[in-house]
Amino acid sequence: MRTKTFLRITAVAAAAACTVAGLSGCSASSTGSNSNAAKGTYTFWDPYPQYDASSAWGKLVAKCGTDAGVTVKRTGYDTSDLTNKALLAGQQGKSPDVLLVDNPVVSTLAKSGILTDTGTNGLSTGSIAKNILGAGVIDGKTYGVPIGANTLALYYNPKVLQKAGVDVSSVKDWASLTAALAKVKASGGKGITFSGINTEEGSFQFLPWFWGSGAELTKLDSSKAEAALDLWKGWIDKGYAPNSVIQNTQTTSWQEFQSGDFAFGENGTWQKDSAKQMNAGVITIPAEDGGAAPVPTGGEFFTIPVQKDTARYAVTKKIVSCLSSGDNVVTTDNTLNYITASTSLQDKQLAADPSLKTWVEAVQAAKARTGDNLGVRYPVISEQLWTAVQKAESGSASPSAALQAAQQTVASKTSN
Amino acid sequence: MTTDTTSLRPSAARADAGAETTSAPARARRPRAQRRAQLTAWAFLAPVAIYLVLFYAYPLYKNVELSLRQYTVTSFISGDAPFVGLKNFQAVFTNPTFPPAIWHTAVFVLVSIAVQFALGLALAVFFHNRFPLSGLLRALFLVPWLLPLLVSASTWSWMMNSDSGIVNAFLESAGIGQINWLTSPTWSLIAVLVANIWIGIPFNLVIMYSGLQGIPEELYEAASLDGANGWQRFWRITFPLLRPVTAITLLLGFVYTLKVFDIIWIMTKGGPAGSSTTLAIWAYQLGFGNLLPDFSSAATVGNVLILVALVVGLVYARMQRRLEV
Repeated sequence: MRTKTFLRITAVAAAAACTVAGLSGCSASSTGSNSNAAKGTYTFWDPYPQYDASSAWGKLVAKCGTDAGVTVKRTGYDTSDLTNKALLAGQQGKSPDVLLVDNPVVSTLAKSGILTDTGTNGLSTGSIAKNILGAGVIDGKTYGVPIGANTLALYYNPKVLQKAGVDVSSVKDWASLTAALAKVKASGGKGITFSGINTEEGSFQFLPWFWGSGAELTKLDSSKAEAALDLWKGWIDKGYAPNSVIQNTQTTSWQEFQSGDFAFGENGTWQKDSAKQMNAGVITIPAEDGGAAPVPTGGEFFTIPVQKDTARYAVTKKIVSCLSSGDNVVTTDNTLNYITASTSLQDKQLAADPSLKTWVEAVQAAKARTGDNLGVRYPVISEQLWTAVQKAESGSASPSAALQAAQQTVASKTSN
Repeated sequence: MTTDTTSLRPSAARADAGAETTSAPARARRPRAQRRAQLTAWAFLAPVAIYLVLFYAYPLYKNVELSLRQYTVTSFISGDAPFVGLKNFQAVFTNPTFPPAIWHTAVFVLVSIAVQFALGLALAVFFHNRFPLSGLLRALFLVPWLLPLLVSASTWSWMMNSDSGIVNAFLESAGIGQINWLTSPTWSLIAVLVANIWIGIPFNLVIMYSGLQGIPEELYEAASLDGANGWQRFWRITFPLLRPVTAITLLLGFVYTLKVFDIIWIMTKGGPAGSSTTLAIWAYQLGFGNLLPDFSSAATVGNVLILVALVVGLVYARMQRRLEV
């Protein structure tokens, strides 16, 4: 419908242009060249604009195309841009053959109907860990395969802890962590930094504590959820966490940690090289009563958008399988600082680099945000969650009032 | 084509001048000539008309359509979004985010414009009297205008950081103590206002300064001879004569400020807890702020913004007419 209107306008414009130019030979016949690109060319969109064709990733994508007998035309977009680009392309019927998107977006795109599930595209999900695959599963159908996963853990600065007389192995649950923070503050250091901003990043960072208390995303106003929010709020009130966490992104939070004053910093797998440089260690985020808390998974999914020409899926599947399995994906995940999605490959990765131990553990305890069949309800819940966190952190509402308001809004938004 | 029409016209005129009874063929030719002339006129108009339709009218129409239908991600793709009339508008107006967003927008726009204009005018008058180095100083005042918004907003954001910002370091050394500029609901709107005023001063300064140069020097001389003091010269000469320039500055300032997005988004993202959420920020949050875009609501808020700007534009047009009469 929209395309038609647009075409009509273009036609009018073209006709008018002919009039203006006073040309008599303006033919009405279209050239018909803007149908699908030449056969044998497959389009591939990813959120890695930092890698060009000469990078290892760019070369691997090209090679997997050649192996499947086709040319792959790869385009890297900014992550935040990619969802809307994909929706628009879907609307115009011009989706790429392969779309690599952030995992919580998969359910949104699947809901819009622009993605094929594994029943149609034939992708195999056999060895992929269930908890990571969860982000791509909606109503029993799987809409993509993960390229790998990253997640959150607690980095610590041994120097600051030593000065405060804290043994990091004593940090096992919330109580011992808070006790450690108190000691650090007493010794003149700064406690912990995280990102409590009012975007998806804020929810991402809060989830380990939220889930670590045993709370569920389907019930934001539970007493367990309140305990998690009380924990963060308490840290800010007591000065264990700086006030700036309210507007910290994960990047600015990391910059604070890098200043060397902070004992702990909640951050992601992607900072592990930077952490090594400043001799920081890492532990899994503790749950309220000990053990590793469930952390949210980050990382992208390979998805195969719907095409008019369904014969393309066979080749597309070959390209995706090549990129998402075996040594190829291990190499890619090492460059991207991801943990691989299948347990057997995780062992391989760990054998090659023992320093990944904490991360492999964290990823194994991780949960997909849109998992538990939350699907497109997750974005609605997440927005209310970060709003509640913001209200409590900034003191504009008590944790319990903020969470109650959040649950009410979720209920009214997901009911209709 | 032009030669055609001119060559036709005399013959048509001649036919008219001749007997009325014999002019049947000439009459047939005359409308044709007119039509050709008209076509030529349209052809010349076409580029700008097409440009306006493609890049202004069509997007506006789409935006209105988005706000009158119930688009979800599914119907966005399939294109079968049901028509819901003004339901989206109703939903936006009854949304708990709406009243504070309107209030924040009003405060943000009015305070920004008032302070920017007052300071801009004061500086313009100040620089109107040439003095050594005034050119250099004036150039310095233009710096905020030259910086990309992203840079200025990020810099303000760093300066106003609660724990490590230079503003708080200064306040603490002065014994006032830490103010959570960007992280407390009481201060966030003030923080973005300060940044926006700083960015808007050069615009007001430049336009008012050029307006001042249009005022003839003789008027001031005559006023001096009549014994007017500086204050009287400003209120009786400068200010009234600047009225047309003032009107356009205020109108442009209003439209620019109404749509300010970057500064607020970079500094506070509309937070904390919605305390600096203006209509522009809210529209963005609805459309792109979370993983599930709500196009219809976002377009609705966008249309409300356009309507407000339109009303102010009409008020301006009316005022302009009154001034001219």
